[in-house]
Amino acid sequence: MQESSVHTSHARPPIWRDERVLAIISQIVVVAVVVGLLYFFYNNMVRALRDQMGIAISFGFIRQTAGFDIGESLIAYQRSDTYGRAFLVGLLNTLQVAALGIVLATLVGTIAGIMRLSGNWLVRKIALVYVEFFRNIPLLLLLIFIAQAVFLKLPRVRDAIRLFDPVFPIFLSNRGIATPWGVPTASWNAYLMALGGGLLAAIVVAYVQVQRGRRTGRMPFVTLWFLGVFLAIAIVGFIILRPLAYSAPRLEGLNTEGGKNFSQQFLALLTGLTFYTGAFIAEIVRAGIQSVSKGQREASTALGLNGVQTMRLIVLPQAQRVIIPPLTSQYLNLTKNSSLAIAIGYPDLFAVAGNTILNQTGRAIEVFMMIMGVYLSFSLLTSLFMNWYNKRIQLVER
Amino acid sequence: MTTVTQTPTREVLPPPSERKTISAWLRRNLFSNWFNALLTILAAVIIFWLVRGLTNWALHTAEWDVIPANWNLLMRGQYPAAMAWRLWICIYLAAAVVGLSWGAWGRSVSITMLVVFAIPLLLMLLPWLSARARLDLLITEAALIGAFAVARFVPLPNMSRIAAAAWALFFLAIIFIIRGFGADTGPWTVVPSNLWGGLLLSLLLAFVGILFSFPLGVLLALGRQSKLPAIKLLSVIYIEFIRGVPLISLLFMAQVMLQLFLPASMPPVDRVLRAMVAIILFSAAYTAENVRGGLQSIPKGQNEAAQALGLNSFQAMTRIILPQALRAVIPVLVGQFIGLFKDTSLVALVGLFDLLGIARSILANPSWLGRYQEVFVVVALIYWIFSFSMSYASRHLETATGVGER
Repeated sequence: MQESSVHTSHARPPIWRDERVLAIISQIVVVAVVVGLLYFFYNNMVRALRDQMGIAISFGFIRQTAGFDIGESLIAYQRSDTYGRAFLVGLLNTLQVAALGIVLATLVGTIAGIMRLSGNWLVRKIALVYVEFFRNIPLLLLLIFIAQAVFLKLPRVRDAIRLFDPVFPIFLSNRGIATPWGVPTASWNAYLMALGGGLLAAIVVAYVQVQRGRRTGRMPFVTLWFLGVFLAIAIVGFIILRPLAYSAPRLEGLNTEGGKNFSQQFLALLTGLTFYTGAFIAEIVRAGIQSVSKGQREASTALGLNGVQTMRLIVLPQAQRVIIPPLTSQYLNLTKNSSLAIAIGYPDLFAVAGNTILNQTGRAIEVFMMIMGVYLSFSLLTSLFMNWYNKRIQLVER
Repeated sequence: MTTVTQTPTREVLPPPSERKTISAWLRRNLFSNWFNALLTILAAVIIFWLVRGLTNWALHTAEWDVIPANWNLLMRGQYPAAMAWRLWICIYLAAAVVGLSWGAWGRSVSITMLVVFAIPLLLMLLPWLSARARLDLLITEAALIGAFAVARFVPLPNMSRIAAAAWALFFLAIIFIIRGFGADTGPWTVVPSNLWGGLLLSLLLAFVGILFSFPLGVLLALGRQSKLPAIKLLSVIYIEFIRGVPLISLLFMAQVMLQLFLPASMPPVDRVLRAMVAIILFSAAYTAENVRGGLQSIPKGQNEAAQALGLNSFQAMTRIILPQALRAVIPVLVGQFIGLFKDTSLVALVGLFDLLGIARSILANPSWLGRYQEVFVVVALIYWIFSFSMSYASRHLETATGVGER
């Protein structure tokens, strides 16, 4: 053995068959090809920009006046603001619809996923039809359908459908849905502080309860205590401070005044994203619950846990390992899919930047760099979270 | 732990046979307790309400004349009617290939097969079709059954290899048949891609996307698994970049910027080709991740055994690892294909007239104004039938080939 290794070290293979040399050469070749290709594209691009439009790449346009209106915005915006601010408005709109969509889709998906496993045949079949229908049509078609064939078919504002009119008026019209809403009053900030204090108090109470439980050996209902303290402070504070003023929508000519109007574009996008992603989440939830072996459930029943306890303490903690990774990628998909808002006129990031700003400034390269930068950072954050989560789960597992 | 074996002292009786009556089934599945009964009644009310609303709409409210009047547009867009027979040839070929592979791979006659074989006959029932189209469907049916019979009853030893080759030839052939050859006149006139539309364009984009992204995706997957750091890094950057951005932004980029990247001397790339480039680049990243899953599922021993047999790493990869890995990911790739087929609808946003794009342009025509529900329901149904049948078939493929069971 010793001898043979000495022997081979003398007879090194010729240089064109030495794996180490080959590895380095092949890497150099690949990198050279990629860099060359990129340089070729870059060169063509710079030349084309210079010759055709007489411009060079620059982000200076961000400070220029935008000069266009945006249908809805979470922050103050007018047409005399800059392109940078318009971009921010689009970004916040994307975040808003994505955050709400994620919450609602999780809700819909979890319900549908549990329904798929129901003991009731009819309930099971309803969930199956829902899942198979929404998973097999394009999201874009669904969005356009909801916007044009559902919301636009509603009556005009003047003849809006009124629900619960005198008590809690909700107006449905082709402009969207107007509902009563709370308008923050002068004491709003004080109320926020009270809520923060309430949270702190609830944490302290819960901690004390846990300690007491450890001492006595009988764990009190910690969650109940936590929620009870927090809600008590929240409700009492609300009654004393009156941080929100009630404002109901009413018809004023061709518009609704007061309350809060959710535009039909926003609602169409939100509904479409929710039900489409919900169908995928339902399958994930179902697969996750089914991945927990039957014996676990039987053992927990044998130990005397009831159905809810079995679900909460035995099945879900094990299912979540299977559920969470694909679930996160569905959340990311939903966020990326919200860029389809451009088809129905909701001013999200892509519609504001990739359409309006791009058309006005002609700065295709810069605008796309900004848009892709935003979406890439979403996905980077998600994968960071996933790595952290996978590590944590592995610790729990072994 | 000691094992206690009970020796049966008397004959073990079989479990009491269950009485399969309708009322027993109802009681078990719908009315097992008061809560279930409540759910059943609630669900029944909802279903009744939905079905009644839908039938009411379909039979009384909806004005269906928009569909027959625009059927050809939905199917093939602006593709010239004089050349439509070329599309029919593609359909005959598709039917023949499906029939052939069913004969070669299918084990026995199943309900699914009968349903698939009935499709052309069912389509003949569409009331607005011309006599010519009905004849074409009849030929399609004949091609399907004929090819099935050939594969089943002609004793050729390597029928499954022939079927695989037929698929590859089919993909190449349809592109030539649809596009045409160099001639300016005559039956094989080139039909420029800006005339392709409707379902034809949707299917074509998906096929081209999956076909051309496949080799690129396999390369990227191998690159990502590679031990060479530079190659690995480049693959990871490409894959994660593409997967991190929405397809619509790539499509827009291809429309707006592809021309900028190419030398000024090059002729402009047409719009369909630009969309195809975007779709291929997009799909390649997803194929790469799917193939990587397959590569990771192959145990290390396979590679070591290959090396012990004296194969070099290239041979080990192409002869041992990849064939197994690709076989394992076929169902996943079918799923990806379905996703791609649905995603091709996004090209409607960059001004192409695929199935969704042509539907929108029909609705923009003043004589069909406001028929959103009718047109979109039919378009959704077409998308649904294609996607659902593909996913159904792939699930069957999975169980038939036993792919998921290793």
